[in-house]
Amino acid sequence: MIEDENIDILVNDVFELYGYDFTEYSKASLKRRISRLYTLDKFPSFAELRYKIKNDPGYLKRFVEEITVNVTEMFRDPSFYLALRNEILPKLGTYPYIRIWHAGCSTGEEVYSMAILLKEAGLLSKSIIYATDINPDVLEKARVGIFPIANMKLYSENYIASGGRLDFSSYYSANYDGVKFDESLTKQMVFSAHNLVSDGSFNEFHLIVCRNVLIYFDKQLQDKVFQLFDKSMGKLAYLALGSKETVKFSSIHLHYKQVGKEKIWRKTE
Amino acid sequence: MAQDRITAPLKLLIIGGSAGSLTVLLKVLPALNYNVSLSIVIVVHRKNTPDSTLADLLASRTKIHVKEIEDKESLLGGTIYLAPPDYHILFENNGAVSLDFSEKVNFSRPSIDVAFESAAEVYKERLTCILLSGASSDGVKGLAEVKRNNGNFAVQDPSTAQAPYMPQQAVNKLHPNTVLTPEAMIGFINGL
Repeated sequence: MIEDENIDILVNDVFELYGYDFTEYSKASLKRRISRLYTLDKFPSFAELRYKIKNDPGYLKRFVEEITVNVTEMFRDPSFYLALRNEILPKLGTYPYIRIWHAGCSTGEEVYSMAILLKEAGLLSKSIIYATDINPDVLEKARVGIFPIANMKLYSENYIASGGRLDFSSYYSANYDGVKFDESLTKQMVFSAHNLVSDGSFNEFHLIVCRNVLIYFDKQLQDKVFQLFDKSMGKLAYLALGSKETVKFSSIHLHYKQVGKEKIWRKTE
Repeated sequence: MAQDRITAPLKLLIIGGSAGSLTVLLKVLPALNYNVSLSIVIVVHRKNTPDSTLADLLASRTKIHVKEIEDKESLLGGTIYLAPPDYHILFENNGAVSLDFSEKVNFSRPSIDVAFESAAEVYKERLTCILLSGASSDGVKGLAEVKRNNGNFAVQDPSTAQAPYMPQQAVNKLHPNTVLTPEAMIGFINGL
């Protein structure tokens, strides 16, 4: 285990040298992720880890990728996707075009899930999905759209539980141990690096999806990000969070009303 | 980050369990006294079903307030918290709890090891961990970390466990001073 003081030292190094600001991330999470990396990469001492980070920009990429959590799945929490399908997309469908932002999309599994929902609702061609993450390498994986074939059984079950009625395998072609999702889905996606800590609003959206990202931030940073989202949403736009995340305790909560039981809020003014 | 150095004054009890642990909880929880200086956190392996009723079930058996942990919630005394399914729980220096959706550990999320290890350094001697019945190897590494940080720990007597593997691993590797039957666990917790 790495001492708390050393976590602070590393976080400061990374900010000063590379501009990545982790100072308002959850301390407990940083500690666990840095300790995990320290063990994985078999550093003999904290000083060696610090030296590597300060002097090897290539290793910095690995550091950022391992410190941020990139665990995701397609149609995670199927009841959430069922609510999107039945309650939210019909509303969005009344607009001439639909702009969606997936903030912190990681390797893109949920972005592809969204594209499939849009396609089945007949809305994909008038939609643009902006998919962003702090980490350019995971975004590249998302853009390519190749996922392990071993996960398809779970994803297919999730898809059906989310109200999907087609053969899930019709959306991809299998190749050895990976499957590649159809280009018609990717066509409406725009991938770009965006850091929720330091980058600002870049458009106005009808739906922002940010699931299981805020849990890695401390309260102050969570609130800043809520304000960024608020600035990036038009009236009556939707904000969708992870199953254990809430707008309730944030400074923007007065202007948001929860839609049904899922973690989806609608901006009221 | 000055606020991070203020540590919560509460004592913390974490109970970790897997297969066969629910019957123990249902026996122990009804007999627990309300203790305003003790937070109790329960970390059990369970399926992620949309309408999770375990909190309701446990709440129906005890006078103590039972709730599922929410992200960044500050722990209060006199309360029983339940780790939500499919998230690890991590303990912050300021008395709050964070949820974490990173890789499964010991094929489990929540992982008992992750909860024990994270709490060990923050709560040190104010922490007590109890490992219940289970067929997994989760929890033993975490208990070792609790021990290293001068926390207290106890293990369910494997001969009383429906799935003795998990507590037996802890007995073999850590030689705990306190090995408890479910009945004895009641007095042990009420004495904290």
